[in-house]
Amino acid sequence: MRRFVADKTRNLVRRASTCSPTCPVSPRPHHPPSLLSQPTSPPFSSSSPSHPSSITSPLRFLTAAALHPLSFPASPNSMASNYSTTPVTLQSVNPKVLKCEYAVRGEIVTLAQKLEQDLKQNPDSHPFDEIIYCNIGNPQSLGQQPITFFREVLALCDHPAILDRSETQGLFSADAIERAFQILDQIPGRATGAYSHSQGIKGLRETIAAGIAERDGFPADPNDIFLTDGASPAVHMMMQLLIRSEKDGILCPIPQYPLYSASIALHGGTLVPYYLDEATGWGLEISELKKQLETAKSNGVCVRALVVINPGNPTGQVLAEDNQCEIVEFCKNEGLVLLADEVYQENIYVPDKQFHSFKKVSRSMGYGEKNISLVSFQSVSKGYYGECGKRGGYMEVTGFSPEIREQIYKVASVNLCSNISGQILASLVMNPPKVGDESYESYTGEKDGILSSLAKRAKTLEDALNSLEGVTCNRAEGAMYLFPRIDLPHKAIKAAEAAKTAPDAFYARRLLDATGVVVVPGSGFGQVPGTWHFRCTILPQEDKIPAIVSRLTEFHKKFMDEFRD
Amino acid sequence: MSSKPLDYENLNKNVKECQYAVRGELYLRASELQKEGKKIIFTNVGNPHALGQKPLTFPRQVIALCQAPFLLDDPNVGLVFPADAIARAKHLLSMTSGGLGAYSDSRGIPGVRKEVAEFIERRDGYPSDPELIFLTDGASKGVMQILNAIIRGEGDGVLVPVPQYPLYSATISLLGGTLVPYYLEETANWGLDVNNLRQSVAQARYKGITVRAMVIINPGNPTGQCLSEANLKDVIKFCYQESLVLLGDEVYQQNIYQDERPFISARKVLMDMGPPINKELQLVSFHTVSKGYWGECGQRGGYFEMTNIPPKSVEEIYKVASIALSPNVPGQIFMGLMVNPPKPGDISYERYVRESKAVLESLRKRAHIMTDGFNSCRNVVCNFTEGAMYSFPQIRLPPKAIEAAKKAGKVPDVFYCLKLLEATGISTVPGSGFGQKEGVFHLRTTILPAEEDMPAIMASFKKFNDEFMEQYEDHKGYSRM
Repeated sequence: MRRFVADKTRNLVRRASTCSPTCPVSPRPHHPPSLLSQPTSPPFSSSSPSHPSSITSPLRFLTAAALHPLSFPASPNSMASNYSTTPVTLQSVNPKVLKCEYAVRGEIVTLAQKLEQDLKQNPDSHPFDEIIYCNIGNPQSLGQQPITFFREVLALCDHPAILDRSETQGLFSADAIERAFQILDQIPGRATGAYSHSQGIKGLRETIAAGIAERDGFPADPNDIFLTDGASPAVHMMMQLLIRSEKDGILCPIPQYPLYSASIALHGGTLVPYYLDEATGWGLEISELKKQLETAKSNGVCVRALVVINPGNPTGQVLAEDNQCEIVEFCKNEGLVLLADEVYQENIYVPDKQFHSFKKVSRSMGYGEKNISLVSFQSVSKGYYGECGKRGGYMEVTGFSPEIREQIYKVASVNLCSNISGQILASLVMNPPKVGDESYESYTGEKDGILSSLAKRAKTLEDALNSLEGVTCNRAEGAMYLFPRIDLPHKAIKAAEAAKTAPDAFYARRLLDATGVVVVPGSGFGQVPGTWHFRCTILPQEDKIPAIVSRLTEFHKKFMDEFRD
Repeated sequence: MSSKPLDYENLNKNVKECQYAVRGELYLRASELQKEGKKIIFTNVGNPHALGQKPLTFPRQVIALCQAPFLLDDPNVGLVFPADAIARAKHLLSMTSGGLGAYSDSRGIPGVRKEVAEFIERRDGYPSDPELIFLTDGASKGVMQILNAIIRGEGDGVLVPVPQYPLYSATISLLGGTLVPYYLEETANWGLDVNNLRQSVAQARYKGITVRAMVIINPGNPTGQCLSEANLKDVIKFCYQESLVLLGDEVYQQNIYQDERPFISARKVLMDMGPPINKELQLVSFHTVSKGYWGECGQRGGYFEMTNIPPKSVEEIYKVASIALSPNVPGQIFMGLMVNPPKPGDISYERYVRESKAVLESLRKRAHIMTDGFNSCRNVVCNFTEGAMYSFPQIRLPPKAIEAAKKAGKVPDVFYCLKLLEATGISTVPGSGFGQKEGVFHLRTTILPAEEDMPAIMASFKKFNDEFMEQYEDHKGYSRM
């Protein structure tokens, strides 16, 4: 199995080296002119040319588990044959769609949903009474409460008709009412049901820019802010802009959040991996960046951007400021766009680490607009607010010419605008209540409660994992995840091979079957070949943690007893 | 200076090629003028609330309660919110997996999808499967997801009506595919002629393009026509014969301003046709909360429903949806409310009916005022807006005006629309943004300005137009060949 993964990795490099110099969309399959009366090749039929070569994508190695291209709810095989004569079939779907993978919602999750159904029908069907979803950073689905002030303001903006009524004052705090008025005044016609400017409502962007300036100590320009439906569409937009063909590469950390591998695949580019060093707490070494950049270049790949996730997902490390300076210097020297995923900026759990935005770092180094192209992503889904369902977020785009900004604006305008509720929330998280405001105390109480509880949960889980045989786990300095390494016994690897699955997926599946705890196998994020990990969120409520720890411990012990060499 | 990744010349060419006129040059100039303090009447986007349409009360009450669920336990909540809004908020929250703040299933909240399926069944008289309904951030996102699954490269073509809503042209070029135009017949009230379709497909195939899908917009945007049942049948047969996926943009299904041709969904017509076609033709239908009498554009709520798409392809579409995690949950709640509005006997029923009727009736009146207004202008002819939200008059530009435009380096209709904007503050979209036959010029306006402002707007348009024509016309001859 190790060799299997190693081969896949080598494939990736080899594939890059044999990359044809033309872009993948330009060589047209030459369709002979056909008369209308002739039977035509239907768009999704099996008679359309399939693309076997696309199956060995660079992503494949990240998801060795997925031997089947699809890992979604199994459909009865019989159904497929019913459709064999209709236009849409798997063979003729866009190959880039087939190629992309997104493990956070993959096979294990599908299985978990099935088990959940079982439990509903028969509570005794499994050795646990509930499924605990530790696969995805979705805090409110696990019981985290929203910040009251934010929700008050959102409710009032959604239903401004009640703002003037005296009864409303009995239901809402005074500063929430005041803030709702302020926000509505920033919206043309106070119309929260209208499409906004495609970059987002101007007044809200001003608020966000002020929040960034306060955070960094350097000015921010509202015209640099693009509000988006969560951070993911912003990442897609940048990939769309940057990737012209398979020959264009994006440097991504391994392990990485699979949004990057998936969006690179969807846009037909090449993921250029750089490895984080687990031994130094998932350190990011410039020498590794240089090495991978050179390798990619010598293979004919044109590397256009570097993705840095800080705090790290799934790895949880918080970058040191001097490390960030080196990264900025590297991007500047190599002419790379720095794509800074900073969505976990509020999630810091250790006193010896602090979040510094790349914008602040580069400005402190004296680099401005003209020196470095930098995109910083932020989201309302993470932090202490955890408002995933709102799909609010923004990117701050600096160091690009006006004509490029126009292009970004144009692409944004095709989708009209991001949702207004999410836009308002993005302005709120960047401008929360201040000392002296009526809601300040309840706000800080809620915020500190959530963050300190997350820190406690991270520590408890980390300690528990480190006490397991053959498991080592770096601390979660930030973000929402632990990414323990499991030294799997040879016998377990053999068993996984026999089950035609990656060893870490095998482990995750056994864990799910035995405990109801859902984690994501490390192969979904990428890892050094021959090492095995899983990602587990720190999000289950505190009262559930002891049970998770004991179930996990018991499971692991049994697993090792079964497979120990 | 070394070349940088995002220098203009290094940009993805699909991005550079994509055009989106609704927010193009005219819109930018209008925004500038607005900043300078000029009063601008934005008729460029179908964005009703921006032009003063008030949101329906019931859905806003429910969404406010969902945003602030702690209110549900407040003993005074009944002072501000009616009981059926409270009950509905509780019902909707119980279907979520952690309220509005949690990601939902990537396809949308299962309970809401079920209610969408029930709505479709009530509308069409045929059952609908919630598993084949995906909720999206507005219909645009859905269109993008589906086209992304279809388009593999430049060799893949999609049949799109011309004039068309530029979402289609923009998305097809972003995805690197080829737009295959079919012309709507202006003289036949923007009717869809299957012979035109055949020609378009034959031409595309001759060029080596694999035509894979066909888009219909019903009611039409920007053209406002409602397709007849017979016409829809022809289209369905055509797609069946040619093995095309039919994409039915039906976002204006509530916006109908005449009684002769009510909205009929492509899906209903398909089902009525019976086997084998109803089991085989692949159809994707789109809907949204942005249009209708809701007009909740800012919420970004929508859905698409797939018919006869094989499970494995549905899984692939699901996978791509899952990368975006989930559509925004408040938008999903709005969709749930739209497909399941208050019923007779509910406390909010009367108010809901009153408000929605008022919006629709006023839109109907405005459609008439606008069409009549355009038709009273020199060198302007306009089909009646049977549905949707737009008027798409033809402007017969005199040769001198076309020359003047050329001199100014502008497309003639852009030239006209810019002059119109400067003179009157009316911000429209030139017909060239939607596509039109060569040498024929149009503009698109929405019918959304407030009813009471409408006569003045049309008067100011007429004054501008007639002066423009006076200035550029020699001997009252038309520019049209």
